[in-house]
Amino acid sequence: MYPVKAENIVKYYKKYANKHKFLTLKSAIVNKSLFSDLKSNEIFEALKGVSFKVKDGETLSIIGENGSGKSTLLKILAGISRPSSGSILTNGRISALIELGAGFHPEISGRENIFINGIILGLTKKKIQEKYNDIIHFAELEEFINSPVKTYSSGMYMRLGFSIAINVNPDILLIDEVLSVGDASFVPKCIDKINEFKRKGKTIIFVSHDLATVERISDEVIWLKDGKIEMQGYPKRVTDAYLEYIGKRDEKKAEKKHKTEEIEAEKNREKRWGTKEIEISKVKMIDKNGIEKYIFEQNEPFTIEFNVNSKTEEKDFVFGIGIFNTEGIQCYGSNTLIEDFKSQSIKGKGKIKISISNINLINGTYFIDLAVHKRDGYPFDYHHFQYTFKITSIYRDVGIARISHEWEFSKNIKIHKKSLPK
Amino acid sequence: MISKLKDLFKYRQLIVTLVSRELKARYRGTVFGFFWSLINPLLLLAVYSIVFGIILPGSSGRIENKDITGINYSIFLFTGLLPWIWFNSSILESSNVLFIHGNLIKKIKFPIEVLPIMTVLTNMIHFMFGVPILVVFIIFFGKGIVITPWVLFFPVAVFVQLVFTMGLSFLVSALTVHFRDLKDILANLLTLWFFGTPIIYAFMTPAIQNHKAMVLALSLNPMTHIIEAYHYTFFFGSLPHWKRLPVTLIVGLIFFYIGYLIFDKLRDTFVEEV
Repeated sequence: MYPVKAENIVKYYKKYANKHKFLTLKSAIVNKSLFSDLKSNEIFEALKGVSFKVKDGETLSIIGENGSGKSTLLKILAGISRPSSGSILTNGRISALIELGAGFHPEISGRENIFINGIILGLTKKKIQEKYNDIIHFAELEEFINSPVKTYSSGMYMRLGFSIAINVNPDILLIDEVLSVGDASFVPKCIDKINEFKRKGKTIIFVSHDLATVERISDEVIWLKDGKIEMQGYPKRVTDAYLEYIGKRDEKKAEKKHKTEEIEAEKNREKRWGTKEIEISKVKMIDKNGIEKYIFEQNEPFTIEFNVNSKTEEKDFVFGIGIFNTEGIQCYGSNTLIEDFKSQSIKGKGKIKISISNINLINGTYFIDLAVHKRDGYPFDYHHFQYTFKITSIYRDVGIARISHEWEFSKNIKIHKKSLPK
Repeated sequence: MISKLKDLFKYRQLIVTLVSRELKARYRGTVFGFFWSLINPLLLLAVYSIVFGIILPGSSGRIENKDITGINYSIFLFTGLLPWIWFNSSILESSNVLFIHGNLIKKIKFPIEVLPIMTVLTNMIHFMFGVPILVVFIIFFGKGIVITPWVLFFPVAVFVQLVFTMGLSFLVSALTVHFRDLKDILANLLTLWFFGTPIIYAFMTPAIQNHKAMVLALSLNPMTHIIEAYHYTFFFGSLPHWKRLPVTLIVGLIFFYIGYLIFDKLRDTFVEEV
């Protein structure tokens, strides 16, 4: 017996293009086209045959891009909308955290709203009475419970909504993106509560963009793409595949953007200054196969390559590079002077390569500064924040750079790295 | 249909809770609070009494041995006006109720039919608060009008009106989801309907009774017989028309059935269209 079993769920939305053709009900009746106009002529398929089962006590996460059908699927599971075809079987009481406090009436007090919302969610008055103190306590609203809900902050509103929904004591808990709006101190409390549910052996279906949480709490992950299951299985494996896909998609976008940015950069002189006796041009980033790209794995070797052109012969010159993150923090900076190169002469065209074997920066977007100047700082050509690249990593560590490290545990500590099952 | 009605019974606690919430929330924050449900019909009564009793005195005279002029006219008017306000507000609010509570429909698994029911019942309770005022008026100001045992027919009239209003309310709330312009049409239609129902005039007025076409037109309006039933139980103090009221009940039941059927048929579209 599965708590949730979905078979070949299809959901299409009708687009009523004709409906807006008639201006009034009367004209529709007069033309006898009322019912034919009500029929849709276009269909949008949000879900194209989704099947899955959730075992008792299992946590299933659903990930996917916006518009992939995640929320539609959750609404169908919650019984809010019905599938166009296919069947859904559920066993046990379902509580759906889709929008917290959806039934609140702003004019009446938190106390009254608890009772009304509880009844809307299917509790009896007696049951709510029993849970009443737990609800208020969990929501941390003891002081405000007799004030009208319209005076609550959005955080208080959400806390009360979550607290009621969770105290319905469901067998199956459906959670949409709701936690993304909570205040920082409350979200961990929610996660704790969700974990408590897990420990009690209840079934959870979780829809989120937060892959870290998804990996942490789920036993299985479904990746929805364009209304179909693209991949299903072990969390890490699915999220990695999803991340890779997102990365590739972004890369294509970034390439396009990069081209337009280059044109922009040419126009944008403020980000470039100097006397141009020596000029930097044709800056590009290439991977180990010599292919130009802008998104690199954390430990992937790559090369920054640029051309220089010196109109006159110069004897005093220094080449420099700087890497900045999106917060404007310099992650790294160096130049040929610092690294004890002694300049002798440059004339005409030349090419410079900076090869990076292991950049080790964390996930994110970075900007590059390139410069050529005299030892005393006299600028020939400065390119400030002109070039960007992106680093992707399977780990979501924080900080600036991934400092290489090893974990070591004594034998009595039972811990092991998740391996990716094939 | 029967099983669906059983479901409705299951939701009784929800309905009761929502109705009391509506009642509480409606006048929360206003100075007179709950008294507004009494003040509103009284103000309306004052306006109609002045316009139709003093400025444009009616042609009614005496009907069923009761004098319908002066203060009696006000009482007569009030008898019909109270249930009409119930009907009128129920239908108007039904056209909006699914939109107002769109959140419940879209974000929670919720028995949507509860919403029009809530609207009609909330307004019925407002109506009930007006009834004691009517009785007080009759006892203290009525000239030759007394409360008779026929007043016991009052719940029957309420029941018939409830069934009919519910049916229309289902229909209106479901259809406005697809035809937004119905809201504007309704406001005008209800004004027309008001004058086509014997509220500011009596059905038995000779001016009407002498026109066969007019009698027929008014007879086809279910609200005529419902309002008449109130007139008989309270104002004339005699038996409501024993044939017309049951026929109206049957018409009401048909409306209820069709209304609910259409509502149920369109139910799945509400989530997407509201």
